[in-house]
Amino acid sequence: MDYGTYRGIYTIIMMLVFAGIIWWAYSKHSKKRFDDAANSILDDEDLDEKKSGDNAKQVQRDLEDKT
Amino acid sequence: MSATSSTTPNYNFDIVKKFAVMAVVWGLIGMSAGVLIAAQLVWPELNFDTPWITYSRIRPVHTNAVIFAFGGCALFATSYYVVQRTCKAALFSNKLANFTFWGWQAVIVLAIITLPLGLTSTKEYAELEWPIDVLIAIVWVAYAIVFFGTIVKRTVSHIYVANWFYGAFIITIAVLHIGNSMAIPVSLTKSYSIYSGAVDAMMQWWYGHNAVGFFLTAGFLGMMYYFVPKQAERPVYSYRLSVVHFWALCALYIWAGPHHLHYTALPDWTQSLGMVMSVVLFVPSWGGMINGIMTLSGAWHKLRTDPILRFMIVSLSFYGMSTFEGPMMAIKSVNALSHYTDWTVGHVHSGALGWVAMISIGSLYHLIPKVFGRERMYSIKLINIHFWLATIGVVLYIVALWISGVMQGMMWRQINADGTLTYSFVEVVARTYPFHFIRWVGGLCVVSGMILMLYNTIKTIRSDKTADEGLSSAKLSQANA
Repeated sequence: MDYGTYRGIYTIIMMLVFAGIIWWAYSKHSKKRFDDAANSILDDEDLDEKKSGDNAKQVQRDLEDKT
Repeated sequence: MSATSSTTPNYNFDIVKKFAVMAVVWGLIGMSAGVLIAAQLVWPELNFDTPWITYSRIRPVHTNAVIFAFGGCALFATSYYVVQRTCKAALFSNKLANFTFWGWQAVIVLAIITLPLGLTSTKEYAELEWPIDVLIAIVWVAYAIVFFGTIVKRTVSHIYVANWFYGAFIITIAVLHIGNSMAIPVSLTKSYSIYSGAVDAMMQWWYGHNAVGFFLTAGFLGMMYYFVPKQAERPVYSYRLSVVHFWALCALYIWAGPHHLHYTALPDWTQSLGMVMSVVLFVPSWGGMINGIMTLSGAWHKLRTDPILRFMIVSLSFYGMSTFEGPMMAIKSVNALSHYTDWTVGHVHSGALGWVAMISIGSLYHLIPKVFGRERMYSIKLINIHFWLATIGVVLYIVALWISGVMQGMMWRQINADGTLTYSFVEVVARTYPFHFIRWVGGLCVVSGMILMLYNTIKTIRSDKTADEGLSSAKLSQANA
Protein backbone atom coordinates (compact mmCIF):
# COMPACT_ATOMS: atom_id res chain seq x y z
CA MET A 1 0.00 0.00 0.00
CA ASP A 2 1.48 3.37 -0.92
CA TYR A 3 1.62 6.27 1.48
CA GLY A 4 -1.26 8.19 -0.10
CA THR A 5 -3.66 5.22 0.11
CA TYR A 6 -2.64 4.55 3.70
CA ARG A 7 -3.34 8.18 4.65
CA GLY A 8 -6.72 8.10 2.88
CA ILE A 9 -7.78 4.99 4.79
CA TYR A 10 -6.45 6.44 8.06
CA THR A 11 -8.46 9.64 7.51
CA ILE A 12 -11.66 7.65 6.92
CA ILE A 13 -11.03 5.57 10.05
CA MET A 14 -10.51 8.72 12.13
CA MET A 15 -13.73 10.23 10.76
CA LEU A 16 -15.65 7.07 11.63
CA VAL A 17 -14.16 7.03 15.14
CA PHE A 18 -15.22 10.63 15.62
CA ALA A 19 -18.74 9.93 14.33
CA GLY A 20 -18.82 7.00 16.77
CA ILE A 21 -17.89 9.31 19.66
CA ILE A 22 -20.72 11.69 18.77
CA TRP A 23 -23.17 8.78 18.43
CA TRP A 24 -22.05 7.38 21.79
CA ALA A 25 -22.21 10.74 23.56
CA TYR A 26 -25.67 11.54 22.28
CA SER A 27 -27.23 8.05 22.47
CA LYS A 28 -30.15 7.56 24.86
CA HIS A 29 -28.16 4.81 26.51
CA SER A 30 -25.57 7.25 27.90
CA LYS A 31 -27.94 10.01 28.94
CA LYS A 32 -28.50 9.01 32.55
CA ARG A 33 -24.86 8.20 33.14
CA PHE A 34 -23.77 11.59 31.81
CA ASP A 35 -26.45 13.47 33.74
CA ASP A 36 -25.29 11.74 36.90
CA ALA A 37 -21.70 12.65 36.10
CA ALA A 38 -22.63 16.29 35.53
CA ASN A 39 -24.40 16.41 38.89
CA SER A 40 -21.71 14.47 40.74
CA ILE A 41 -19.54 17.52 41.47
CA LEU A 42 -22.44 19.31 43.14
CA ASP A 43 -23.14 16.46 45.55
CA ASP A 44 -20.01 16.55 47.67
CA GLU A 45 -20.73 19.59 49.83
CA ASP A 46 -20.60 17.41 52.96
CA LEU A 47 -16.97 16.68 52.27
CA ASP A 48 -16.49 20.38 51.73
CA GLU A 49 -17.81 21.11 55.16
CA LYS A 50 -15.75 18.50 56.91
CA LYS A 51 -12.44 18.98 55.18
CA SER A 52 -12.19 22.69 54.80
CA GLY A 53 -14.09 23.50 57.97
CA ASP A 54 -16.72 25.73 56.40
CA ASN A 55 -18.86 27.03 59.18
CA ALA A 56 -22.28 25.95 60.32
CA LYS A 57 -24.05 28.40 58.01
CA GLN A 58 -22.74 26.56 54.98
CA VAL A 59 -24.07 23.25 56.31
CA GLN A 60 -27.40 24.87 56.99
CA ARG A 61 -27.54 26.19 53.44
CA ASP A 62 -26.74 22.75 52.04
CA LEU A 63 -29.49 21.17 54.08
CA GLU A 64 -31.93 23.74 52.79
CA ASP A 65 -30.84 23.06 49.23
CA LYS A 66 -31.42 19.37 49.63
CA THR A 67 -34.90 19.61 51.14
CA MET B 1 -22.80 14.22 58.27
CA SER B 2 -22.84 10.53 58.99
CA ALA B 3 -22.31 8.03 56.22
CA THR B 4 -20.44 10.30 53.81
CA SER B 5 -18.11 11.98 56.22
CA SER B 6 -17.00 8.75 57.87
CA THR B 7 -15.69 7.61 54.48
CA THR B 8 -14.25 10.99 53.52
CA PRO B 9 -10.75 10.55 52.15
CA ASN B 10 -7.96 12.49 53.79
CA TYR B 11 -7.62 15.12 51.07
CA ASN B 12 -4.27 16.84 50.70
CA PHE B 13 -5.27 20.51 50.56
CA ASP B 14 -1.89 21.62 51.85
CA ILE B 15 -0.34 21.27 48.40
CA VAL B 16 -3.31 23.12 46.87
CA LYS B 17 -2.77 25.99 49.33
CA LYS B 18 0.92 26.31 48.42
CA PHE B 19 0.33 26.34 44.68
CA ALA B 20 -2.68 28.68 44.96
CA VAL B 21 -0.76 31.30 46.96
CA MET B 22 2.25 31.06 44.63
CA ALA B 23 -0.06 31.46 41.61
CA VAL B 24 -1.15 34.84 42.98
CA VAL B 25 2.44 35.86 43.82
CA TRP B 26 3.87 34.82 40.43
CA GLY B 27 0.89 36.38 38.67
CA LEU B 28 1.75 39.73 40.19
CA ILE B 29 5.48 39.38 39.45
CA GLY B 30 5.02 38.09 35.88
CA MET B 31 2.49 40.74 34.93
CA SER B 32 4.65 43.46 36.49
CA ALA B 33 7.52 42.33 34.27
CA GLY B 34 5.11 42.71 31.34
CA VAL B 35 4.25 46.25 32.40
CA LEU B 36 7.97 47.06 32.64
CA ILE B 37 8.69 45.98 29.07
CA ALA B 38 5.49 47.67 27.84
CA ALA B 39 6.86 50.86 29.42
CA GLN B 40 10.24 50.29 27.72
CA LEU B 41 8.47 50.35 24.35
CA VAL B 42 7.22 53.85 25.21
CA TRP B 43 10.28 55.05 27.16
CA PRO B 44 13.27 53.02 25.86
CA GLU B 45 15.60 54.59 28.42
CA LEU B 46 13.93 52.42 31.09
CA ASN B 47 16.48 49.68 30.42
CA PHE B 48 18.99 52.07 32.09
CA ASP B 49 21.60 50.94 29.53
CA THR B 50 22.08 47.65 31.34
CA PRO B 51 21.96 44.35 29.45
CA TRP B 52 20.12 42.54 32.27
CA ILE B 53 16.89 44.46 32.14
CA THR B 54 16.90 45.17 28.46
CA TYR B 55 13.68 44.35 26.57
CA SER B 56 14.96 41.22 24.85
CA ARG B 57 15.95 39.61 28.16
CA ILE B 58 12.96 40.66 30.28
CA ARG B 59 10.42 39.67 27.62
CA PRO B 60 11.13 35.91 28.09
CA VAL B 61 11.11 36.47 31.87
CA HIS B 62 7.62 37.94 31.45
CA THR B 63 6.30 35.15 29.20
CA ASN B 64 7.82 32.36 31.31
CA ALA B 65 6.57 33.94 34.54
CA VAL B 66 2.98 34.44 33.41
CA ILE B 67 2.60 31.19 31.46
CA PHE B 68 4.59 28.70 33.50
CA ALA B 69 4.79 30.34 36.92
CA PHE B 70 1.34 31.96 37.23
CA GLY B 71 -0.56 29.68 34.84
CA GLY B 72 1.42 26.63 35.90
CA CYS B 73 0.86 27.14 39.64
CA ALA B 74 -2.85 27.81 39.01
CA LEU B 75 -3.05 24.57 37.00
CA PHE B 76 -1.19 22.56 39.65
CA ALA B 77 -3.40 23.98 42.43
CA THR B 78 -6.72 23.45 40.66
CA SER B 79 -5.84 20.06 39.17
CA TYR B 80 -4.74 18.67 42.56
CA TYR B 81 -7.94 20.07 44.09
CA VAL B 82 -10.29 18.89 41.34
CA VAL B 83 -8.79 15.43 40.91
CA GLN B 84 -9.15 14.70 44.63
CA ARG B 85 -12.67 16.10 44.91
CA THR B 86 -14.07 14.47 41.77
CA CYS B 87 -12.35 11.10 42.33
CA LYS B 88 -13.23 11.20 46.03
CA ALA B 89 -9.72 10.00 46.75
CA ALA B 90 -6.65 11.53 48.43
CA LEU B 91 -3.60 12.29 46.29
CA PHE B 92 -1.60 9.27 45.14
CA SER B 93 1.55 10.48 46.90
CA ASN B 94 1.98 13.52 49.13
CA LYS B 95 5.77 13.30 48.90
CA LEU B 96 5.77 13.36 45.12
CA ALA B 97 3.22 16.19 45.14
CA ASN B 98 5.53 18.17 47.42
CA PHE B 99 8.39 17.42 45.07
CA THR B 100 6.38 18.89 42.17
CA PHE B 101 5.85 22.06 44.22
CA TRP B 102 9.49 22.63 45.17
CA GLY B 103 10.75 21.40 41.79
CA TRP B 104 8.44 23.79 39.92
CA GLN B 105 9.41 26.74 42.13
CA ALA B 106 13.09 25.89 41.50
CA VAL B 107 12.45 25.93 37.74
CA ILE B 108 10.84 29.37 38.01
CA VAL B 109 13.64 30.82 40.15
CA LEU B 110 16.27 29.40 37.78
CA ALA B 111 14.40 30.98 34.85
CA ILE B 112 14.32 34.36 36.57
CA ILE B 113 18.08 34.12 37.18
CA THR B 114 19.28 32.71 33.84
CA LEU B 115 17.15 34.68 31.37
CA PRO B 116 18.33 38.17 32.43
CA LEU B 117 21.90 36.82 32.26
CA GLY B 118 21.28 36.12 28.58
CA LEU B 119 21.35 32.33 28.90
CA THR B 120 18.77 31.17 26.38
CA SER B 121 18.13 28.44 23.85
CA THR B 122 16.34 31.16 21.79
CA LYS B 123 13.23 29.00 21.23
CA GLU B 124 10.17 31.12 22.01
CA TYR B 125 8.33 29.91 25.15
CA ALA B 126 11.04 27.24 25.51
CA GLU B 127 14.01 29.54 26.18
CA LEU B 128 15.36 27.73 29.23
CA GLU B 129 18.69 25.97 28.84
CA TRP B 130 19.06 22.20 28.99
CA PRO B 131 19.70 21.57 32.74
CA ILE B 132 16.44 23.42 33.56
CA ASP B 133 14.67 21.52 30.77
CA VAL B 134 15.77 18.26 32.39
CA LEU B 135 14.41 19.43 35.74
CA ILE B 136 11.09 20.40 34.09
CA ALA B 137 10.83 16.93 32.53
CA ILE B 138 11.46 15.22 35.89
CA VAL B 139 8.93 17.41 37.72
CA TRP B 140 6.40 16.83 34.95
CA VAL B 141 6.74 13.05 35.13
CA ALA B 142 6.21 13.27 38.91
CA TYR B 143 3.12 15.41 38.28
CA ALA B 144 1.75 12.81 35.85
CA ILE B 145 2.34 10.02 38.39
CA VAL B 146 0.53 11.94 41.15
CA PHE B 147 -2.38 12.94 38.90
CA PHE B 148 -2.98 9.64 37.13
CA GLY B 149 -2.18 7.69 40.31
CA THR B 150 -5.01 9.57 42.01
CA ILE B 151 -7.35 8.77 39.12
CA VAL B 152 -6.42 5.09 39.37
CA LYS B 153 -7.29 4.98 43.09
CA ARG B 154 -10.59 6.87 42.67
CA THR B 155 -13.60 5.59 44.60
CA VAL B 156 -16.20 6.61 42.01
CA SER B 157 -16.48 4.81 38.67
CA HIS B 158 -16.83 7.82 36.35
CA ILE B 159 -13.87 10.08 35.58
CA TYR B 160 -15.32 13.61 35.54
CA VAL B 161 -14.70 15.57 32.33
CA ALA B 162 -12.44 18.17 34.01
CA ASN B 163 -9.95 15.37 34.69
CA TRP B 164 -9.92 14.40 31.02
CA PHE B 165 -8.85 17.91 30.10
CA TYR B 166 -6.24 18.05 32.87
CA GLY B 167 -5.00 14.60 31.83
CA ALA B 168 -4.66 15.59 28.16
CA PHE B 169 -2.80 18.73 29.21
CA ILE B 170 -0.32 16.78 31.35
CA ILE B 171 0.41 14.08 28.75
CA THR B 172 0.69 16.47 25.80
CA ILE B 173 2.96 18.92 27.60
CA ALA B 174 5.32 16.06 28.49
CA VAL B 175 5.48 15.00 24.82
CA LEU B 176 5.87 18.57 23.52
CA HIS B 177 8.48 19.64 26.04
CA ILE B 178 10.66 16.59 25.60
CA GLY B 179 10.24 16.61 21.80
CA ASN B 180 11.05 20.27 21.26
CA SER B 181 13.82 20.55 23.85
CA MET B 182 16.00 17.77 22.41
CA ALA B 183 19.46 19.35 22.25
CA ILE B 184 23.15 18.56 22.33
CA PRO B 185 24.76 20.25 25.37
CA VAL B 186 28.20 21.73 24.81
CA SER B 187 28.54 23.17 28.32
CA LEU B 188 26.38 23.59 31.41
CA THR B 189 24.81 26.74 30.02
CA LYS B 190 24.88 26.19 26.26
CA SER B 191 23.26 23.64 23.97
CA TYR B 192 22.30 23.28 20.32
CA SER B 193 18.93 21.94 19.14
CA ILE B 194 19.15 18.59 17.34
CA TYR B 195 16.79 20.00 14.70
CA SER B 196 17.84 22.46 12.01
CA GLY B 197 16.34 24.76 9.39
CA ALA B 198 12.66 24.40 8.47
CA VAL B 199 12.37 21.22 10.57
CA ASP B 200 13.52 23.14 13.63
CA ALA B 201 10.97 25.86 12.89
CA MET B 202 8.19 23.31 12.48
CA MET B 203 9.15 21.49 15.73
CA GLN B 204 9.25 24.83 17.53
CA TRP B 205 5.75 25.84 16.42
CA TRP B 206 4.33 22.37 16.81
CA TYR B 207 5.48 22.87 20.41
CA GLY B 208 4.56 26.55 20.53
CA HIS B 209 1.00 26.30 19.35
CA ASN B 210 0.27 23.17 21.34
CA ALA B 211 1.63 24.90 24.42
CA VAL B 212 -1.22 27.32 23.69
CA GLY B 213 -3.61 24.48 22.92
CA PHE B 214 -2.87 22.19 25.81
CA PHE B 215 -1.14 24.29 28.49
CA LEU B 216 -3.17 27.47 28.00
CA THR B 217 -6.41 25.88 26.79
CA ALA B 218 -7.03 22.24 27.75
CA GLY B 219 -5.80 22.75 31.32
CA PHE B 220 -7.92 25.86 31.79
CA LEU B 221 -10.94 24.14 30.21
CA GLY B 222 -10.49 21.57 32.99
CA MET B 223 -10.83 24.50 35.39
CA MET B 224 -13.90 25.73 33.54
CA TYR B 225 -15.68 22.36 33.67
CA TYR B 226 -15.29 22.17 37.44
CA PHE B 227 -15.33 25.73 38.79
CA VAL B 228 -18.03 27.30 36.58
CA PRO B 229 -20.66 24.67 37.56
CA LYS B 230 -19.52 24.86 41.21
CA GLN B 231 -19.70 28.64 41.37
CA ALA B 232 -23.02 28.73 39.48
CA GLU B 233 -24.29 25.85 41.65
CA ARG B 234 -25.71 24.03 38.67
CA PRO B 235 -24.44 21.20 36.47
CA VAL B 236 -22.66 21.94 33.21
CA TYR B 237 -25.04 22.85 30.35
CA SER B 238 -24.39 19.67 28.35
CA TYR B 239 -22.17 16.89 29.60
CA ARG B 240 -22.56 15.14 26.24
CA LEU B 241 -21.24 18.20 24.44
CA SER B 242 -18.27 18.21 26.82
CA VAL B 243 -17.35 14.69 25.67
CA VAL B 244 -17.44 15.67 21.98
CA HIS B 245 -15.67 18.95 22.86
CA PHE B 246 -12.81 17.04 24.47
CA TRP B 247 -12.10 14.66 21.60
CA ALA B 248 -12.58 17.28 18.89
CA LEU B 249 -10.25 19.74 20.62
CA CYS B 250 -7.51 17.14 21.18
CA ALA B 251 -7.78 15.79 17.63
CA LEU B 252 -7.56 19.20 15.95
CA TYR B 253 -5.23 21.38 18.06
CA ILE B 254 -2.19 19.25 17.38
CA TRP B 255 -2.23 20.21 13.65
CA ALA B 256 -2.52 24.00 13.98
CA GLY B 257 1.17 24.90 14.55
CA PRO B 258 2.17 25.68 10.92
CA HIS B 259 0.02 28.85 10.92
CA HIS B 260 2.92 30.48 12.79
CA LEU B 261 5.08 29.90 9.71
CA HIS B 262 3.00 31.24 6.81
CA TYR B 263 5.10 32.51 3.89
CA THR B 264 8.32 31.01 5.27
CA ALA B 265 10.58 28.17 4.11
CA LEU B 266 8.01 25.69 5.41
CA PRO B 267 6.50 23.68 2.48
CA ASP B 268 3.30 25.25 1.10
CA TRP B 269 1.17 22.16 1.72
CA THR B 270 2.14 22.22 5.41
CA GLN B 271 1.15 25.87 5.67
CA SER B 272 -2.20 25.17 4.02
CA LEU B 273 -2.82 22.16 6.28
CA GLY B 274 -2.08 24.27 9.35
CA MET B 275 -4.42 26.98 8.07
CA VAL B 276 -7.32 24.59 7.42
CA MET B 277 -6.93 22.83 10.77
CA SER B 278 -6.79 26.20 12.56
CA VAL B 279 -10.01 27.32 10.90
CA VAL B 280 -11.78 24.04 11.78
CA LEU B 281 -10.58 24.46 15.36
CA PHE B 282 -13.11 27.27 15.68
CA VAL B 283 -15.88 24.66 16.02
CA PRO B 284 -14.77 22.77 19.16
CA SER B 285 -13.53 26.02 20.73
CA TRP B 286 -16.94 27.62 20.44
CA GLY B 287 -18.66 24.39 21.46
CA GLY B 288 -16.74 24.51 24.73
CA MET B 289 -17.27 28.23 25.20
CA ILE B 290 -21.04 27.90 24.67
CA ASN B 291 -21.12 24.91 27.02
CA GLY B 292 -19.49 26.99 29.75
CA ILE B 293 -21.59 30.13 29.29
CA MET B 294 -24.89 28.25 28.92
CA THR B 295 -24.24 26.57 32.27
CA LEU B 296 -25.64 29.81 33.62
CA SER B 297 -28.90 29.56 31.66
CA GLY B 298 -31.73 30.12 34.11
CA ALA B 299 -29.35 31.68 36.61
CA TRP B 300 -28.14 34.77 34.78
CA HIS B 301 -29.23 36.90 37.74
CA LYS B 302 -26.27 35.51 39.70
CA LEU B 303 -23.98 37.61 37.52
CA ARG B 304 -25.44 40.72 39.12
CA THR B 305 -24.29 39.78 42.60
CA ASP B 306 -21.35 37.42 42.17
CA PRO B 307 -18.11 38.98 40.86
CA ILE B 308 -16.39 35.54 40.89
CA LEU B 309 -18.95 34.18 38.45
CA ARG B 310 -18.54 37.38 36.44
CA PHE B 311 -14.79 36.70 36.17
CA MET B 312 -15.56 33.22 34.81
CA ILE B 313 -18.22 34.24 32.32
CA VAL B 314 -16.24 37.20 30.99
CA SER B 315 -13.21 34.90 30.66
CA LEU B 316 -15.34 32.62 28.47
CA SER B 317 -16.43 35.62 26.40
CA PHE B 318 -12.78 36.50 25.80
CA TYR B 319 -12.13 32.84 25.01
CA GLY B 320 -14.88 32.95 22.38
CA MET B 321 -13.51 36.19 21.00
CA SER B 322 -9.91 35.05 20.73
CA THR B 323 -10.86 31.65 19.28
CA PHE B 324 -12.77 33.46 16.56
CA GLU B 325 -9.90 35.88 15.97
CA GLY B 326 -7.27 33.09 15.95
CA PRO B 327 -8.74 30.99 13.11
CA MET B 328 -9.29 34.20 11.14
CA MET B 329 -5.66 35.27 11.59
CA ALA B 330 -4.53 31.78 10.56
CA ILE B 331 -5.98 32.34 7.08
CA LYS B 332 -2.98 33.07 4.88
CA SER B 333 -4.27 36.28 3.32
CA VAL B 334 -5.25 37.73 6.71
CA ASN B 335 -1.94 36.54 8.15
CA ALA B 336 -0.12 38.45 5.39
CA LEU B 337 -1.44 41.60 7.05
CA SER B 338 -1.37 40.59 10.71
CA HIS B 339 1.86 38.64 11.06
CA TYR B 340 4.77 40.31 12.87
CA THR B 341 2.49 43.21 13.90
CA ASP B 342 1.04 44.24 17.26
CA TRP B 343 -2.22 42.58 16.24
CA THR B 344 -0.66 39.19 17.08
CA VAL B 345 0.45 40.47 20.48
CA GLY B 346 -3.05 41.83 21.13
CA HIS B 347 -4.59 38.50 20.10
CA VAL B 348 -2.32 36.57 22.46
CA HIS B 349 -3.23 38.87 25.35
CA SER B 350 -6.95 38.64 24.67
CA GLY B 351 -6.45 34.90 25.17
CA ALA B 352 -3.90 35.13 27.97
CA LEU B 353 -5.26 38.02 30.04
CA GLY B 354 -8.91 37.68 29.03
CA TRP B 355 -9.35 33.92 29.06
CA VAL B 356 -6.49 32.23 30.91
CA ALA B 357 -5.88 34.79 33.65
CA MET B 358 -9.55 35.57 34.31
CA ILE B 359 -10.69 31.93 34.53
CA SER B 360 -7.71 31.28 36.86
CA ILE B 361 -8.48 34.30 39.01
CA GLY B 362 -12.16 33.28 39.25
CA SER B 363 -11.23 29.70 40.12
CA LEU B 364 -8.67 30.84 42.71
CA TYR B 365 -11.23 33.13 44.37
CA HIS B 366 -13.52 30.10 44.62
CA LEU B 367 -10.80 27.73 45.78
CA ILE B 368 -8.73 29.79 48.25
CA PRO B 369 -11.46 30.18 50.91
CA LYS B 370 -12.36 26.50 50.53
CA VAL B 371 -8.87 25.13 51.13
CA PHE B 372 -8.10 27.61 53.90
CA GLY B 373 -11.37 26.78 55.65
CA ARG B 374 -13.06 30.17 55.27
CA GLU B 375 -16.60 30.79 54.19
CA ARG B 376 -15.56 33.22 51.48
CA MET B 377 -12.81 35.65 50.48
CA TYR B 378 -12.06 38.48 52.92
CA SER B 379 -13.64 41.11 50.67
CA ILE B 380 -16.15 40.50 47.88
CA LYS B 381 -16.04 44.24 47.15
CA LEU B 382 -12.32 44.02 46.34
CA ILE B 383 -13.04 41.08 44.01
CA ASN B 384 -15.52 43.29 42.22
CA ILE B 385 -12.99 46.11 41.87
CA HIS B 386 -10.43 43.56 40.64
CA PHE B 387 -12.96 42.36 38.07
CA TRP B 388 -13.45 45.84 36.63
CA LEU B 389 -9.73 46.65 36.66
CA ALA B 390 -8.99 43.39 34.82
CA THR B 391 -11.76 43.84 32.27
CA ILE B 392 -10.99 47.49 31.52
CA GLY B 393 -7.26 46.68 31.40
CA VAL B 394 -7.71 43.89 28.86
CA VAL B 395 -10.06 45.93 26.68
CA LEU B 396 -7.66 48.92 26.63
CA TYR B 397 -4.80 46.56 25.83
CA ILE B 398 -6.37 44.69 22.93
CA VAL B 399 -8.11 47.65 21.32
CA ALA B 400 -4.85 49.65 21.33
CA LEU B 401 -2.94 46.80 19.73
CA TRP B 402 -5.65 46.07 17.16
CA ILE B 403 -5.39 49.64 15.89
CA SER B 404 -1.63 49.71 16.11
CA GLY B 405 -1.28 46.25 14.51
CA VAL B 406 -3.55 46.91 11.52
CA MET B 407 -1.84 50.28 11.05
CA GLN B 408 1.60 48.64 11.04
CA GLY B 409 0.46 45.99 8.55
CA MET B 410 -1.03 48.57 6.22
CA MET B 411 1.99 50.87 6.37
CA TRP B 412 4.49 48.07 5.81
CA ARG B 413 2.76 46.91 2.63
CA GLN B 414 2.28 50.43 1.19
CA ILE B 415 4.26 50.67 -2.05
CA ASN B 416 5.08 53.65 -4.28
CA ALA B 417 4.49 53.65 -8.03
CA ASP B 418 8.14 52.73 -8.62
CA GLY B 419 7.91 49.68 -6.31
CA THR B 420 9.77 51.13 -3.33
CA LEU B 421 8.36 51.08 0.19
CA THR B 422 6.36 54.17 1.12
CA TYR B 423 7.34 54.13 4.79
CA SER B 424 10.63 53.30 6.42
CA PHE B 425 10.45 51.01 9.43
CA VAL B 426 11.20 53.76 11.91
CA GLU B 427 8.35 55.92 10.56
CA VAL B 428 5.97 53.10 11.47
CA VAL B 429 7.55 52.72 14.92
CA ALA B 430 6.99 56.44 15.59
CA ARG B 431 3.27 56.06 14.80
CA THR B 432 2.83 53.26 17.36
CA TYR B 433 3.83 55.33 20.44
CA PRO B 434 0.34 56.48 21.49
CA PHE B 435 -1.04 52.96 21.19
CA HIS B 436 1.84 51.49 23.17
CA PHE B 437 1.11 54.06 25.85
CA ILE B 438 -2.56 52.98 26.03
CA ARG B 439 -1.42 49.37 26.17
CA TRP B 440 0.86 50.21 29.10
CA VAL B 441 -2.06 51.84 30.92
CA GLY B 442 -4.14 48.70 30.30
CA GLY B 443 -1.35 46.59 31.75
CA LEU B 444 -1.16 48.86 34.80
CA CYS B 445 -4.90 48.28 35.42
CA VAL B 446 -4.40 44.52 35.26
CA VAL B 447 -1.43 44.63 37.66
CA SER B 448 -3.34 46.87 40.11
CA GLY B 449 -6.04 44.20 40.15
CA MET B 450 -3.45 41.56 40.99
CA ILE B 451 -2.18 43.68 43.90
CA LEU B 452 -5.74 43.75 45.27
CA MET B 453 -5.94 39.99 44.81
CA LEU B 454 -2.73 39.40 46.76
CA TYR B 455 -3.97 41.69 49.55
CA ASN B 456 -7.36 39.96 49.58
CA THR B 457 -5.70 36.54 49.69
CA ILE B 458 -3.42 37.48 52.60
CA LYS B 459 -6.35 38.97 54.53
CA THR B 460 -8.43 35.86 53.84
CA ILE B 461 -5.71 33.55 55.13
CA ARG B 462 -5.08 35.66 58.23
CA SER B 463 -8.57 36.89 59.07
CA ASP B 464 -10.99 35.18 61.39
CA LYS B 465 -8.53 32.43 62.09
CA THR B 466 -9.24 32.36 65.82
CA ALA B 467 -12.98 32.50 65.25
CA ASP B 468 -12.83 29.58 62.85
CA GLU B 469 -10.56 27.58 65.12
CA GLY B 470 -12.90 28.25 68.02
CA LEU B 471 -15.78 27.03 65.92
CA SER B 472 -14.09 23.83 64.85
CA SER B 473 -12.86 23.04 68.36
CA ALA B 474 -16.38 23.64 69.63
CA LYS B 475 -17.63 21.19 67.03
CA LEU B 476 -14.97 18.73 68.07
CA SER B 477 -15.96 18.87 71.72
CA GLN B 478 -19.60 18.45 70.68
CA ALA B 479 -18.68 15.39 68.68
CA ASN B 480 -16.69 13.97 71.59
CA ALA B 481 -19.52 14.56 74.04
